[in-house]
Amino acid sequence: MAGAKNHDYHILPTDIWPFIMSMSALVFTSGMVLYMHEMPYGHFVTGLGVAGLIAAFFSWFSNITKEAQAGDHTPVVQLHLRYAMILFIASEVMFFVGWFWAFFDFALFPNALEQYADVVGGQFPPKAIEAVMDPFGLPLLNTLILLCSGTTLTWSHHSLIHGDRDSAKTGLWLTIALGVLFSFIQAYEYMHAPFGFGGNTYSSAFYMATGFHGFHVIIGTIFLIVCLVRLNKGHFTPRQHFGFEAAAWYWHFVDVVWLFLFVTVYIWGGWGAAIH
Amino acid sequence: MATTADTFQAHHDDHHHDHDADHKPPFFARWFMSTNHKDIGTLYLIFAIIAGIIGGGISGLMRWELATPGLQIMGEIVQFLGGEGSFDEQGHMWNVLITAHGLIMVFFMVMPAMIGGFGNWFVPLMIGAPDMAFPRMNNISFWLTVAGFLSLMMSAFVPGGTWHGAGTGWTVYAPLSTTGSVGPAVDFAIFSLHLSGAGSIMGAINFITTILNMRAPGMTLHKMPLFAWSVLVTAFLLLLALPVLAAAITMLITDRNFGTTFFDPSGGGDPILYQHLFWFFGHPEVYIMILPGFGIVSQIVATFCRKPVFGYLGMAYAMVAIGVVGFIVWAHHMYTVGLDVNTKMYFTAATMIIAVPTGIKIFSWIATMWGGSMEFKSPMVWALGFIFLFTVGGVTGVVLANGGIDDNLHDTYYVVAHFHYVLSMGAVFSLFAGFYYWFPKMSGRMHSELLAHLHFWVFFVGVNVVFFPQHFLGMQGMPRRYPDFAEAYAYWNHVSSMGYLIVLVSVGIFFLNLIYAFTAGKKAAGNYWGEGATTLEWSLSSPPPFHQFETLPIIEDHHSSDDHISPAPAKA
Repeated sequence: MAGAKNHDYHILPTDIWPFIMSMSALVFTSGMVLYMHEMPYGHFVTGLGVAGLIAAFFSWFSNITKEAQAGDHTPVVQLHLRYAMILFIASEVMFFVGWFWAFFDFALFPNALEQYADVVGGQFPPKAIEAVMDPFGLPLLNTLILLCSGTTLTWSHHSLIHGDRDSAKTGLWLTIALGVLFSFIQAYEYMHAPFGFGGNTYSSAFYMATGFHGFHVIIGTIFLIVCLVRLNKGHFTPRQHFGFEAAAWYWHFVDVVWLFLFVTVYIWGGWGAAIH
Repeated sequence: MATTADTFQAHHDDHHHDHDADHKPPFFARWFMSTNHKDIGTLYLIFAIIAGIIGGGISGLMRWELATPGLQIMGEIVQFLGGEGSFDEQGHMWNVLITAHGLIMVFFMVMPAMIGGFGNWFVPLMIGAPDMAFPRMNNISFWLTVAGFLSLMMSAFVPGGTWHGAGTGWTVYAPLSTTGSVGPAVDFAIFSLHLSGAGSIMGAINFITTILNMRAPGMTLHKMPLFAWSVLVTAFLLLLALPVLAAAITMLITDRNFGTTFFDPSGGGDPILYQHLFWFFGHPEVYIMILPGFGIVSQIVATFCRKPVFGYLGMAYAMVAIGVVGFIVWAHHMYTVGLDVNTKMYFTAATMIIAVPTGIKIFSWIATMWGGSMEFKSPMVWALGFIFLFTVGGVTGVVLANGGIDDNLHDTYYVVAHFHYVLSMGAVFSLFAGFYYWFPKMSGRMHSELLAHLHFWVFFVGVNVVFFPQHFLGMQGMPRRYPDFAEAYAYWNHVSSMGYLIVLVSVGIFFLNLIYAFTAGKKAAGNYWGEGATTLEWSLSSPPPFHQFETLPIIEDHHSSDDHISPAPAKA
């Protein structure tokens, strides 16, 4: 389209996927409403929306990959992608600020509403929580797993930079395996937690904060798997592999959020409570 | 400068048709699959006008209801929509109207018009870029806004509280929005904010990347036009404030549907927490709505005084300061929730600090006009109206900033008057100013200056008749968000409702002007405002080619007159 183009920016042809993705998002949220209110077709509409979203994400990111292979990602376009990824992570940080805000509000001010003292008991975790998880059991193991995965990812990245693709693959494989292991341990932990999902502030803040973190781990794992596929296909060169770097940034962000969760929610937040 | 644009055109005419920079895709691809910042900007503007008609129509229903004491039309509206018209249903209908009015005007009129419309159209043009950094993501930002709007519309037709629709107020406070409205309507409304919020975050990423990376060679940040500065600051506010809202309204969803107790005291939760989270977003949000207006007014004042804005750097960094301080004043919306005195003192002081950079802006505009050879073209009169009326709203803002005074004025019509002076006279005046400033650039057709002036004067009188009496009502203690009021408030409410009719006439003139421009409007030259208009969009034809700046313009480093940019002629 831009035949006379005399600059390095990326002028794109028209594309239907943004439209499909946003309409799928609307179908998904509408389906969620139907599902939450036990109205007809809730599962179907939600599933349709999710299918549309997956199709749109897959096609869109495939196109980006193809464009990268076609050489559309000039240095300035790569710089755009770097800025965008940093900004996206900044917005994600603010999203978690909201959940931590709720957590600290509950933890620091358990007496905010005196008329409900019998529920909370002026303490955190509130009276309704009979026992919390031992932070130095599985949560500590998960902390070590995530820290370890950060190391293997850095190993993979350095191998990539030095042109050692085989060991880059090994490092990335290990990172993904550790990420999956983390998710499984987290699921196991949820299933064996001594407290339920709702009903009080501790479990609300705990499950929503760690749950959204877990969701981000899964997204990050998928991101890394895509990178592994691309690594196997030889998409990454020692000089140009921003997809890999973006995945690594995201992974480290998820890692740091976990460290905050571990220190504040698991260790400090359950301090003094009975341990399951 | 028009010669520059001609050069561009001549340059492209040399090429084969398929490679022509002005070659446009077919209808469906052009408007539903767009990756062109100008087309997406146009979509945003059309969308904002449609949303503005709906939101403005709802204000008409509200002023009709409030024209005289007693319940007037709520019963008829409920019956028209298939209800019985009981008292509870009428009250809920009122709540739905004020909620829809607020949400539509904030998220689907002002923001899409300012940032999506003018930002998309003119940030790339002003910084000499061929398009936005991420043209596809630009498109999904728009369509997510549409998706959000559709979700909000759907909410009107399903049960909410005591009747259909979300009747929570635009702030969606718990517990009214949780245990107080159990139907699916509020979930639709909340998801509407999720959807449009996601679009806005992606838009913010796009604008920041574009402005930081795609300025034409030689255009340093300190030479960048103030409108681009304003969008840059706005984008940062969006990026950092919206995710907190996303978290807060996600908590609402889980409280409503999955048994969490974030805002439910029976599980130890706290409704005040919702207000903190909401206003941590909500206060930056009001600057999100007004900062691009500041940018538009700066461009216009400089253009029609034919000199650079007074104190360019001060103007740019005043916006940065407003943006930064805007994040640490949120609890001034919550003075009556039982904050302790020290907290109120802090938030009072911090809030008043914002008057300093705002004052810098107002006085710098005045200083720009001082001694300038002013031309009272339609954008300029709208900009002057903005400066005057925004100042009125700013002054009542300083009054309300005082925690002690706000104990009396909180949730009265004084607050309603205040924020309509800064929004429907601040933000909306700057929107119309920008519209008349750039409409011929976007459409290629000149509007009627006579109708534009007439539009201004009728609108100016109308909005003041609507909103100035609301100060009196508030001082007399009339609370907001009620469909009925005591006899004592009848007079000024009646006056206020009459004002709406005047506004209605002015909006008619606006559309008449649009019809005139598209049917009989003269073709617009590249720079129809003359020598005062110095930013890069004036170096292009009107409308600009489908893809502009295929050879990047080069900004000369001439002496130190910061924002006065003279575009270098393009190399053909």
